[in-house]
Amino acid sequence: MSGNLRTLSEKVWDSHLVHEEAGAPALIYIDLHLVHEVTSPQAFSGLRERGLKVRRPDLTVATVDHSIPTSDRSLPIMDPIAAAQVNKLEQNCKDFGIPCYGVHSSHQGIVHVIGPELGLTQPGMTVVCGDSHTATHGAFGALAFGIGTSEVENVLASQCLLQRPSKTFKVQVNGTLKAGVSAKDIILNLISQIGIGGGTGTVLEYAGPAISALNMEERMTVCNMSIEGGARAGMIAPDDTTFQYLNGRQFAPKGADWDAALARWRQLPSDAGAVFDREITINGDSLAPMITWGTNPGMGVSINDAVPDPASVSDPLERESLTKALAYMGLEGGKPIVGHPIDVVFIGSCTNSRISDLRIAAGILKGRKVSPNVRVMVVPGSMEVKRQAIAEGLPDIFRAAGADWREPGCSMCIAMNGDQLKPGEYSVSTSNRNFEGRQGKGGRTFLASPMTAAASALTGLVTDVRTLLSGDKS
Amino acid sequence: MKPFLPFESRLVPISANNIDTDQIIPARFLKTTSKEGLDKQLFCDWRYDAEGNPKPDFILNTPRAKGAEILLAGDNFGCGSSREHAPWALTQFGFRAVISTSFADIFKGNALKNSLLPIVVPADVHAKLFAEPEDAKVQVDLASQTITLPDGQKVQFPVDEFSKSCLLDGVDELGWILKRQASIAIFEAARPGTVNTLA
Repeated sequence: MSGNLRTLSEKVWDSHLVHEEAGAPALIYIDLHLVHEVTSPQAFSGLRERGLKVRRPDLTVATVDHSIPTSDRSLPIMDPIAAAQVNKLEQNCKDFGIPCYGVHSSHQGIVHVIGPELGLTQPGMTVVCGDSHTATHGAFGALAFGIGTSEVENVLASQCLLQRPSKTFKVQVNGTLKAGVSAKDIILNLISQIGIGGGTGTVLEYAGPAISALNMEERMTVCNMSIEGGARAGMIAPDDTTFQYLNGRQFAPKGADWDAALARWRQLPSDAGAVFDREITINGDSLAPMITWGTNPGMGVSINDAVPDPASVSDPLERESLTKALAYMGLEGGKPIVGHPIDVVFIGSCTNSRISDLRIAAGILKGRKVSPNVRVMVVPGSMEVKRQAIAEGLPDIFRAAGADWREPGCSMCIAMNGDQLKPGEYSVSTSNRNFEGRQGKGGRTFLASPMTAAASALTGLVTDVRTLLSGDKS
Repeated sequence: MKPFLPFESRLVPISANNIDTDQIIPARFLKTTSKEGLDKQLFCDWRYDAEGNPKPDFILNTPRAKGAEILLAGDNFGCGSSREHAPWALTQFGFRAVISTSFADIFKGNALKNSLLPIVVPADVHAKLFAEPEDAKVQVDLASQTITLPDGQKVQFPVDEFSKSCLLDGVDELGWILKRQASIAIFEAARPGTVNTLA
């Protein structure tokens, strides 16, 4: 702290303090609570056991995303356990008066895709959800973080949470991204530097020219993976890009309310000279497309670099974890990953399933065919994304290329709904986690950008998208 | 919740660093709408082979794990998702504490709300515990925030005051929050309107 100079996250924190007393964390108010089928049923059961109501259904919204199939929605859900969970959410929402964008809603989608696209997510808000990728909403200058089911119950009952303030961690990204390099590569690069526990106890604030130049969907991609660096939240100061995105959206303020909100939002960016507990600088000019090779999102390299060699690691524990990761992945240390054969390409997830992601993938696949060795799934993030994609003719491009165009949901990012890798299969995936078995038991995941995923779909090999872009200055 | 009392237990060591919640309980088991019955799914993909048979060399399948209440794990335990199913599965198996050098934030919060004590120890103590023989026992006392190693060495661990009193008294946060509803109402009356999801 230096005088009254505050960072973005400190401003949002301060304006949500409900109650402070000695010997307890602060009680903070929650402006928006997003609910989905997987982490909420036990919370609703808790409310019933205590005889409590939902305090603010008008600040709460639900959708189904994790366990629903991405196949034909006119058919019933075949998995009876998943069907029961989806029905449970819809019933709970009915019983407690919460709006729910259910299976057949025209607004259904991944919770972190629909919040922003409906204009529900706004600058300066506190946003929570029983999902660690809630950090996504930080792209709007909201303090947004994932919570467990006990906390879901607390927020349903009281609209408040007991929290301790986090430390602040500034991620300055300078320069200009080169062709073939995207927002996904910024965040994968950061996590490869700080490691998956590197941001524990902090809120990240992404800043600098390379961040300001990103559109809102790209900013969401960056903030989305803050948790993969251990930070519960990641934020970007709201600016004209943010305001233009929000203006006119369904739940965004209108008329005089818009003007008042805009005046508040313009006060949010970190004060010049505000001190962060920690800072790191990334040179955007020198970033290359990134890809992960291991079993956590911090195990990533520039696409043409070699995978680390356990023989060159001196720390025995680190060497052991490296050896274990390489064994699971079936890779040899010290060799490059580019050119490695793959079985599946997944384009989707709360990280990369928005319309701009699909446009980029379609741009690469247009007029080409995916490798016959590869199964390619394209899963839009929401019904709205799907409608827009159809309006632009993208599904036809994907189908003509040999890719499978699906219904919205989390799909193979979390592999709860039957969309999954078979044991031993390799995917290039635009999702956010490459943990063992994350995309299906025994499955092996290379995390990358939509550009890298689309390029790899064409060749059936891990591919540097820049080799396709050269000579084609688009 | 029951009050968190002092106890003594053998250790169940899993040395891997960065054990994520997808390993603690894979996502395919999250379709349940109950908190119960998760103990069998704890570390499922490390614990059972492709046919669903227990792997004899995995520690949870050995006599050492039977009745043990302390998991000894590598750095940054519980990273990944916010699923509270992870502490539910651990406590249903019988664990009451996890000892590591560090924990992921969301997991730590979830654990404390479920009477599962995350105990952070320095790297030298951590290494010493991994070197202990199978039958060595460690005492855990939350009130004094100490663990007692088999050789009698006492090691202090940090825990925030509020979580500690909730655990010792066996109460959860929600009751405390609901007693502050007057403050919540005052705050609500003054806050600017943001969204109305019902509109």
